[in-house]
Amino acid sequence: MSAPIAVSAIAPEKSLLRDSARDHPGLFAGAVLLLLVIVAALAAPWLGTVDPQAIAVLDRLETPGREYWFGADLIGRDVYSRTLYGARVSLQVGLGVAALALSIGLLIGLISGFSKAADTVLMRVMDGLMSIPSVLLAVALIALTGASLGNVIIALAIAEVPRVARLVRSVVVSLRGQPFVEAAITAGTRFHLILWRHILPNTIAPLLVQGTYIFASAVLTESILSFIGAGTPPAIPSWGNIIAEGRTVFQFAPHIVLFPGIALSLTVLAVNLVGDGLRDALDPRFVQRG
Amino acid sequence: MLAYALRRLLSTIPVMAIVALLVFSLLYLTPGDPAVVLAGEQASETDIARLRTAMALDKPYAERFLIWVGGAVRGDLGVSVFSNRPVIELIVQRLEPTVALTLGSLLIAIVLAVPLGTLAAWRSGGALDRIVMGFAVFGFSIPVFVLGYLLIILFSVHWDLLPVQGYRPIAYGVGPFLEHLALPALSLGIVNAALIARITRASMLDVLNQDYMRTARAKGLSTSRILIRHGLRNAAVPIVTIIGIGFAMLISGVVVTETVFNIPGLGRLTVDAILRRDYPVIQGVILVFSLTYVVVNLLVDLSYGLFDPRIRY
Repeated sequence: MSAPIAVSAIAPEKSLLRDSARDHPGLFAGAVLLLLVIVAALAAPWLGTVDPQAIAVLDRLETPGREYWFGADLIGRDVYSRTLYGARVSLQVGLGVAALALSIGLLIGLISGFSKAADTVLMRVMDGLMSIPSVLLAVALIALTGASLGNVIIALAIAEVPRVARLVRSVVVSLRGQPFVEAAITAGTRFHLILWRHILPNTIAPLLVQGTYIFASAVLTESILSFIGAGTPPAIPSWGNIIAEGRTVFQFAPHIVLFPGIALSLTVLAVNLVGDGLRDALDPRFVQRG
Repeated sequence: MLAYALRRLLSTIPVMAIVALLVFSLLYLTPGDPAVVLAGEQASETDIARLRTAMALDKPYAERFLIWVGGAVRGDLGVSVFSNRPVIELIVQRLEPTVALTLGSLLIAIVLAVPLGTLAAWRSGGALDRIVMGFAVFGFSIPVFVLGYLLIILFSVHWDLLPVQGYRPIAYGVGPFLEHLALPALSLGIVNAALIARITRASMLDVLNQDYMRTARAKGLSTSRILIRHGLRNAAVPIVTIIGIGFAMLISGVVVTETVFNIPGLGRLTVDAILRRDYPVIQGVILVFSLTYVVVNLLVDLSYGLFDPRIRY
């Protein structure tokens, strides 16, 4: 283990991505599926959708057919349009939570890894946070701060921070004892340079993998929160909200629950596949095993 | 062993204290006067004043925390803002369905996942392995409420085999109790099984490559004996660990599953409390769930010695 490790953690990625379809079918399938969801979210207005909020009471609970591809909901809104627009909410939440949790967790993990005094306090707080089931923690935060997309993202990020902080801390602690870091310290390299050149590059790969899992779990948890009525405001067509609205009539109009449910499952599946694939591709042990 | 158990038990006290502090402080992290937040938008000035005195919100922060913790230790979690009844009473009333659902789904998860994960590792790379791993990835990606509705549509609406929703206490007979518990426990069990099956397979793969497994085969032991006595026992520690960690997911799942199946348990109590902003109830339920999680993981830690006699305390 010498300085080049910082490079080797990133360099193989390019060649692996090129051959990914052959070497990493899971990663490839996940990436394609995720790309489809992203395209659907971005291009939602041009994919044969109508206004997702447009009400047509006469068409309420219409079954899937030529006019309503995924059927209509309780007040005659088009479930297909709502499902496509719902992808926007889920992707925003996934990205927002991952970015926020990774940055706060990175900061706490770095402090914890370098300062013994801060470590004891921070890690005990993280232990405590981890003992509170994430859905309940998020629910309590949202119940108090009020339901908005921003608050959902903050609440879910807080629940994910401990795992990131612990991961970063373990990377820092194991690197601190490595000869190349000790050599840099002996050579009088300034702290911020050690951090920038030797520590941070080595956190990228594990954080990338962790980020995808956070993304998947945030999408899932957001839908759970919306479903139980403590998440994204009901006016926004998120998948959890659409399913919650279809809850009372699912026995004779299952399409309202089914289509957003399938979209939700496929999105989480795609992100999980990408996460598993990245983990295998970026972990040198897995590469050697072939 | 006893000394270790005691030490481990003591080490959970600081964690629980931090959980209590976090749960308690949540209310004060939010902007604004907590009494106004709790009373809701339609509350009058007198309502707010009454609430402030009732919840001792006029006292200093540290004193309030000590009052709350002091009560919690003695089993007094305060009084519900909505129903004016002790929180602990509400929790005890709703305990049975939640315990039944949790244990039921845990049982289904273990019974499904451990044999499947073991067989997948034994035939790794084969068709069975692919099917099991495929099931694991899908099970991990499908939200429990989507799976719950799928199962209701299939088993209750389409085939008319099981009741759609609801719960029957065990006191009204084991038959109806199990009929009502079957689908919720299955939905939650399948999702949890995905996680456990993955770890079982990975752990068994490690063990199957060990020299003593070859020796066991060479001795002419039967496959089932090799897999269970020599394999599973040595693979048990990571499996038990993931069951403990997965318990947090199970708790979140319980809240959702109770909503899907209209089960009057702790999950419904939580959801109702959130919708009514009944903060003493929210605090109490979160504290009870977190305590359960910490205790389960304490038991998991202590169980290591049972599976692996090399682990001594």
